[in-house]
Amino acid sequence: MSDIKNIKDKFISKLKNDLSIDEINEIKTELFGKNGLISLKFKTIGSIPEVDRKKFASNLNQVKDELQNLITFKINEIEGKKINEKLEKEKIDITLPERPFVRGKIHPVSQTIDEISSIFSEIGFSIEEGPDVENEYNNFTALNTPDNHPARDMHDTFYLDENKDVLLRTHTSPVQIRTMLKDKPPFKIIAPGRTYRSDSDQTHSPMFHQVEGLHIDTNINMGHLKGCLNYFIKEFFEIEKIKMRFRPSHFPFTEPSAEVDIGYEIKDGKIIIGEGNQWLEILGCGMVHPNVLKNVKVDHLKYQGYAFGIGIDRLAMLKYGINDLRAFFDCDYRWLNHFGFDPLDVPSNYRGLSR
Amino acid sequence: MKITYDWLKDHLKTNAKEDKLLEKLTDIGLEVESIENLSEGLDLFKIAKIIKTEKHPNADRLKVCDVDIGDKEIKKVVCGAANAREGLLTVYAPPDAIIPKNKTKLVVAKIRDVTSYGMLCSESELNLSDESDGIIELPSTKYAKKKGKSFFSKANFNQIDLSITPNRPDCLGIRGIARDLSAAGFGNLKSVKDKKINSKKKQTLKVKITKENNQGCLSFGSCLITNLKNIESPKWLKDKLISIGQKPISAIVDITNYVMIDINRPLHAYDADKIEKGIIVRNSKSGEEFTALDNKNYKLDNGMCVISDAKGVLGLGGIIGGTRSGTELDTKNILLESAYFEPRSIRKTAKKLNIDTDAKFRFERGIDQLSIEEGLNKAANLIKEICGGEISKIDIQKIESYKNKTIKFEPKTFEKITGFKISTKEMINILDNLGFKLKKEKKFFKLSVPSWRPDIMQEIDIVEELVRITGYEKIKIENPIKDRTKNTLNQIQKLFHFIQRSIASKGYLEAITWSFADAKYNDHFKESNKEIKIVNPISSELGVLRNSIFSNLTMYMSKNLDRGIKDLSIFEIGPIFYGSQPGEQNTVVCGLSAGKKSRLSWLEKERNVDVFDVKRDVIQTLVEAGNDSEKFYIDHKSPDYYHPGKSGRIFLNKGKDEVAAYFGEIHPNIIKTLDIKTESLVGFEIFLDNLKLTKKSLKDQKTKYSVSDFQKSERDFAFIVDKKISAQDLVSVISNIDKNLISNIKVFDVYEGNNIPENQKSVAISVTIQSSEKTLKDNDLEKINNLIIETVEKKTGAKIRS
Repeated sequence: MSDIKNIKDKFISKLKNDLSIDEINEIKTELFGKNGLISLKFKTIGSIPEVDRKKFASNLNQVKDELQNLITFKINEIEGKKINEKLEKEKIDITLPERPFVRGKIHPVSQTIDEISSIFSEIGFSIEEGPDVENEYNNFTALNTPDNHPARDMHDTFYLDENKDVLLRTHTSPVQIRTMLKDKPPFKIIAPGRTYRSDSDQTHSPMFHQVEGLHIDTNINMGHLKGCLNYFIKEFFEIEKIKMRFRPSHFPFTEPSAEVDIGYEIKDGKIIIGEGNQWLEILGCGMVHPNVLKNVKVDHLKYQGYAFGIGIDRLAMLKYGINDLRAFFDCDYRWLNHFGFDPLDVPSNYRGLSR
Repeated sequence: MKITYDWLKDHLKTNAKEDKLLEKLTDIGLEVESIENLSEGLDLFKIAKIIKTEKHPNADRLKVCDVDIGDKEIKKVVCGAANAREGLLTVYAPPDAIIPKNKTKLVVAKIRDVTSYGMLCSESELNLSDESDGIIELPSTKYAKKKGKSFFSKANFNQIDLSITPNRPDCLGIRGIARDLSAAGFGNLKSVKDKKINSKKKQTLKVKITKENNQGCLSFGSCLITNLKNIESPKWLKDKLISIGQKPISAIVDITNYVMIDINRPLHAYDADKIEKGIIVRNSKSGEEFTALDNKNYKLDNGMCVISDAKGVLGLGGIIGGTRSGTELDTKNILLESAYFEPRSIRKTAKKLNIDTDAKFRFERGIDQLSIEEGLNKAANLIKEICGGEISKIDIQKIESYKNKTIKFEPKTFEKITGFKISTKEMINILDNLGFKLKKEKKFFKLSVPSWRPDIMQEIDIVEELVRITGYEKIKIENPIKDRTKNTLNQIQKLFHFIQRSIASKGYLEAITWSFADAKYNDHFKESNKEIKIVNPISSELGVLRNSIFSNLTMYMSKNLDRGIKDLSIFEIGPIFYGSQPGEQNTVVCGLSAGKKSRLSWLEKERNVDVFDVKRDVIQTLVEAGNDSEKFYIDHKSPDYYHPGKSGRIFLNKGKDEVAAYFGEIHPNIIKTLDIKTESLVGFEIFLDNLKLTKKSLKDQKTKYSVSDFQKSERDFAFIVDKKISAQDLVSVISNIDKNLISNIKVFDVYEGNNIPENQKSVAISVTIQSSEKTLKDNDLEKINNLIIETVEKKTGAKIRS
């Protein structure tokens, strides 16, 4: 009995020393090897008197477990230490640069078109498109702007032939004509796209973007026009209240016609939209002229409605604080990087137009 | 159209403040574009007397003048005018004064070492006339006692610049504006009290309008004024013209201008002595020539409306007069013309000859046909008053008499269009104030349109008049209903947006460049497309429609590289053009990538961007857009602007319907010619119109989910094969052997050179074999293994490498 205790005490104290793996393995063999001290003890179990046998065995097992656990613990301790030492040596400078990544960007005009589409989508407009090259009829004549009309002077037109029959569209309004010729009323569309005028200076670019809007039904009046644009402008600029002014103007293809100004002020060199005492013209609109409806074979006694045209680049400049229109098309990577949007920032109704 | 409140008050009785006026003008559609205080600082200009002149010590042509401006202190002024002399009364501008002509601010300056305190002004510098030869000479009779007083009278006025829309010629006259304002309740329109010409003398110059097709002149009124003296205009008239930015010239010219601006009635004065035997208004004949008052010689086409005499063309009716019959200061007898020319004819002629004048601007918008006499009365009486002389009777020739238009207007139309109501009483009041004659019938009004409103043609125009004058702020907002009955985007538009963002997500910056291009660049990329020239380009660098987006992207890429960035990817999605008719355009996504990957990396070896970088971008994008890459077919044929060996085209399937995309290195010759400074330049074009639109929506695209959990094994093969056999061919052969067992094929090495016969290459391929039904046994694997070797060898002439 005391023999077992002796073994236990002796080896526990032995194992308390600082040992190498080899030394521990030696001890392991000494105890549990074929002729190990503990192994030999197990072989004696049969010769222990029946009365004591149970106690002896239980005692022996207990000592065996205790020593074995201690050995395992010691081994783990040494191995853990070794691994830690190894990992410590593998330490790197984690502040070194990561593998390079490049970020693509979406152009602010594209982003703005997506924002506009998202807003109008919510109130039931769908998107139509038309070609950049137009014939004279769709761009002017069908829009109640005959050849001798002085309003044509306001559109410095690029022509593709000497007869001036084909041209680069000067506005997105010909999409109205195409849409109404193609389908039957009611119409509720917007048409964003490229437009062209032979104008080039600080505030004019020979190419720019417009979005056309058209809503024709049996009962659409100027109140709906006002409501639609009021809604759009509030949503677009992401503000609660907007100071907006409708004032009479003239476009050959609408009657009555209006231009819309929004209030703004300059605070600390930044433009604040929606308040203030200054007015900024942002779009033209009106009730579609009966002559236009006649030209596209829509019964103007039964159907009426409004149309509008908005400069997209101008809206983008106002919303995102961009000063120079020409820079939009200059393709300077610094500008594109600065004003561009992450491709994952898709404007949508549920997550809002912008972050 | 420039006006002043003062002038407006000639026609409008009102006490309202100017800021209220500005608001009202904009509210009724006469947009105030800008206001400028012209009189600000004008009080600084003093009537002065030169008391002494000396030659400038350092300059022969300059004088140093002692100028008395009524102060104790005498001002020393350096002056270059030949007429600067002792005793002359003139106008002195002190330092800080702003010269009206060029808006420059005077400072105390040393002129060749002599300090000059201010300046003596010429008439031109004061915007009084074009006279710039010498300083202004003020008559001593009138000015001797006014030394030191302000030269300009003290009216403190603002010049208001209105943007008048082309439909409102009536508002190109002050009276028209006043009428609109009064209709909107801003002041009361004063009634006109013009004296009628009361003469017994006949108009002796015969006027004839020829009757011919497309005669542009419908009526021609005139009167003769004889024995007059054309002098400088009186001050009130000069001030009036100056106040709206016009330059006074001579009484006759100033009076015709004044009447034109006041009531929008263009007039023309001829020197009657220079007219040979009467006036003939006719269509021009091709080749006729004349010198106009702008001192340019014009060669005419057939059918332009000219005013002529026996000798030939005197002027273009309603556009510009000629020098031959122009009035001058010594003119004694004049013929005053007040005519009506058709807008269409005016516009056609002016456009063809490229002339823009004030008269043309007004006639092409439409002049009041009934204002001929009013204009003559007003102008002739003024001329008589200022220049003396005798007025003849008025002679009016016409080939057509004017009838007022009539329109039926149903009052309920107003609410139908505007969404709100106004009373019929209000309607009648507004229309009456605007000059409409109104007859009330049972259900509608019968309206006679005033002669000065050529823009009013139909019922809707009446609605506009009413809502404009009532005020747009009365229109009630109808909030939009959030209801969608149709998809916002169609399939093509969805694809457009998807691909746009898909490319951007691969590190490309989106650019938007102009649809036109520099032919110099476009030539490299137009292939067999025809060049589409713009007839009137802004500059030759923007002279053609682009046949490829590369025409612009290469140029901008080059500019960016010159800015010092070395590694850059840009793309554009937009139209390219293959013809000049509407619709002859395609939508293309075009990308360009320059420089290196892993430049200056501490982790990896740097390398040039290459064709397989762009190939990945294109393939990945096409796959993301819903196409199956296993069906793609790729070959070597690509446009000439790509490197002939390192480029290709992609078809969505082996049927080779339409090219989905091109990709490759840009041809080295182009990089060299365009001087693009980069290590490597690769690009791609995806043709949106050639991509198949998925008919299924996302929910239908997901097929039944099935995967195999049976063991898979990978076998590697190395084939030695003719160089001409493409990797695609090998893969295709293997994949067709057993589609049930071969689940993946990957080319992992290509080798040419040592140990490989010439014109051959070694291609190493890893094939994954897996059954969806069972675990394959060794002999199953062996069987398929042999089948692969056998088939590849047979079909491609390859040899398995041992």
